Amino acid sequence: MDDFIAARSQMALSLGFHIIFSCIGMVMPFFMAVSHYKWLKTNDEVYKNLTKAWSKGVAIFFATGAVSGTMLSFELGLLWPKFMDHAGPIFGMPFSLEGTAFFIEAIALGFFLYGWNKLNRWFHWFTGMVVGVSGLASGILVVAANAWMNSPAGFDFVNGQYLNIDPIQAMFNKAWFSQALHMCLAAFTATGFAVAGVHALMILRDRNAAFHSKAFKIAAIFACIGALLQPLSGDISAKDVAKRQPAKLAAMEALYKTEKPAPLLIGGIVNEKDKTVKGAIEIPGALSFLAHGDFKAEVKGLDQIPENEHPPVAITHYAFQIMVGIGTLLLLVSLTYFFILFKKKPLTEKRWLLKLFVVAIPLGYIALEAGWVVTEVGRQPWIIYGIMRTKDAVTPMPGIAYSFYIFSAIYVSLSIIVTFLLYRQIKMVPVLYNKTEENNH
Amino acid sequence: MKEVVITFLCMAILLYFLLGGADFGAGIIELFTSTKNRSRTRKTMYQAIGPVWEANHMWLIIAIVILFVGFPNIYTTMSVYLHIPLAIMLIGIIARGTAFVFRHYDAVKDDMQWLYNRIFRYSSFVTALFLGIIAGSLISGHINTQATDFYTAYISGWLNWFSIAVGLFTVALCGFLAAIYLIGETKDAYDKRRFIKKAEFMNIAAVVFGAMVFIAAQRDKIPLIDWVFKSTVGLSAIVLASLSLVLLWYLLIKGKTQILRILAGFQVTMILLAISYAHFPNFIRLKSGDAISLLETVGPEKTIYSLGLALLLGSVLILPFLGYLFYKFKKKEE
Repeated sequence: MDDFIAARSQMALSLGFHIIFSCIGMVMPFFMAVSHYKWLKTNDEVYKNLTKAWSKGVAIFFATGAVSGTMLSFELGLLWPKFMDHAGPIFGMPFSLEGTAFFIEAIALGFFLYGWNKLNRWFHWFTGMVVGVSGLASGILVVAANAWMNSPAGFDFVNGQYLNIDPIQAMFNKAWFSQALHMCLAAFTATGFAVAGVHALMILRDRNAAFHSKAFKIAAIFACIGALLQPLSGDISAKDVAKRQPAKLAAMEALYKTEKPAPLLIGGIVNEKDKTVKGAIEIPGALSFLAHGDFKAEVKGLDQIPENEHPPVAITHYAFQIMVGIGTLLLLVSLTYFFILFKKKPLTEKRWLLKLFVVAIPLGYIALEAGWVVTEVGRQPWIIYGIMRTKDAVTPMPGIAYSFYIFSAIYVSLSIIVTFLLYRQIKMVPVLYNKTEENNH
Repeated sequence: MKEVVITFLCMAILLYFLLGGADFGAGIIELFTSTKNRSRTRKTMYQAIGPVWEANHMWLIIAIVILFVGFPNIYTTMSVYLHIPLAIMLIGIIARGTAFVFRHYDAVKDDMQWLYNRIFRYSSFVTALFLGIIAGSLISGHINTQATDFYTAYISGWLNWFSIAVGLFTVALCGFLAAIYLIGETKDAYDKRRFIKKAEFMNIAAVVFGAMVFIAAQRDKIPLIDWVFKSTVGLSAIVLASLSLVLLWYLLIKGKTQILRILAGFQVTMILLAISYAHFPNFIRLKSGDAISLLETVGPEKTIYSLGLALLLGSVLILPFLGYLFYKFKKKEE
């Protein structure tokens, strides 16, 4: 395996692995805050048990997220030292703030997990909220750092030198808001559907219906609000990318030739050698409208971009189609759910809807990973867009393929163990919570 | 502002050693505990570390972020020439953190516990060892930035007697700190005696490995003796460390455990100070005789200013919160 590809693959795998756990850490504390609040207000033991059961899962995921995050902070240098040499001081601001936010989160988690019966009840609830808010903040901040890579700001690039560095300007680059918004909504949607789906499965199997129904409702509402808002956020992102990174948009849409107006492609098989895409459903003028707000606008194709600045088209296009396809599906599921919720019919009668949620368990996360593939692969060949190429940033150390194999094995093992642990936690719910007894932590 | 940032860097490294290092030490202690006593040690350790370990390991992230934001050349030089020990250390960190949480949170307690325990103990040892190896490699002057072959560039910089000795020394110090902390975490007299014995064992190991460090330094022509004994600060630090050592042994043997933690932390701080003061601000010593200095590789002014500000503001938010966490969960009779 080529060292450069190995480095890219290792980074992609590390990020893809870490993000699943981060999302859970960013989102689940809010679910727990709702159930915890409901317990404090209504004294219904089921809500207390739910909060405790959820927090055990969160503790497992949080630890895995924390160590994989530590890995990433070193991996930036281990794999991309030439990038970090220049980028470190420029985009370091969001990282230092993320470190602060994450530190607060770790402390708050300590209070929350170990503070049952030891702290004032409302302070204990508050620490749970702090975990969520600081988690969300760290997510936003680290995405702002990535946004800088897509939309470099806060420095002058003169004769290969990085001058007049302004870290605040770098942090508040043109892409940070749209990227952060899209990521936050994605985190809520992905985590919400995953959690709701697992509880839906338990309801379908007639296990602890009271427990799992309450759990389902909290997760599903968060998930569906996320899924409803996400297309709006996607629109903001698409218009932004059309302006700032036309190569990325062209790759997303497999738009080899500039067109005016440009059709929106649904599906399609990309042939990178011939530079064609076949078999897609074309909606005339729709891409012009989505990208620029005008059905007759010209959309820049890859023919206007120098060949050595083309991102990989096939991967970007397929990933984009997967993301939007799933996003649309989840949108429809959400509309259905809210419709049924509105009509106040008990969900246990609507088994078909619960089955839909079960099918949707992995979909949010698949869309999330697909979206990240779009933005990261779509940015190639650049590591700092328009400034530094990825291949110029990689470590000179040979043998990175071995590193890739070892860390891949570690991530795969961890995934298996975490899934196994979660499975056991779920199996133990009836044993631990059937009698609504106080459970020893 | 760069003085503020450098102070935070030193504080973060020190705190990581005293707090995170002790976490690794707990696993090391468990490794050297007889099978019949292991579950007792585990229980005490979990109560002690459970609420605070995630926060303890944050100091490493703070130190790394300060390096790559404020002193990027140091970060990248380390990342290139110490890639292998850093990668091994990271595997250790991942394995230890997950094993520690998994063994407690597995809803079913069965044979999987054997796997978690093994991974936890060995990874605690390996991580502490490689942290020491990395630290030793920074100052040993073996890193060759003009290397042309793989071995010289990526192996000889860290695979030498001095770095390994520092690694073993670090393992012993971490174990020592953990044993001292654990003494105060248990009310059981039997456990207290066991931890006192462990502390004595680890302390002797530290002295032995410490001697090995000096011998290896002489062999590799590293002016360690000069740094420690020829500078006023170094000499005072070593004297204070030795005095506190005597006091520590007295308290250990007599079973008076009250101020042991402070004393142990103080001793380790003095040791670190003695080793690092004389070649400050040089962070990395190279084979060519040059050094990469904190002051010379410092990043641009605006970056350092905002970094310093972020660190100061962060401390205002974090330190009281962290202090309260320790207070709330460690309010035991001492």
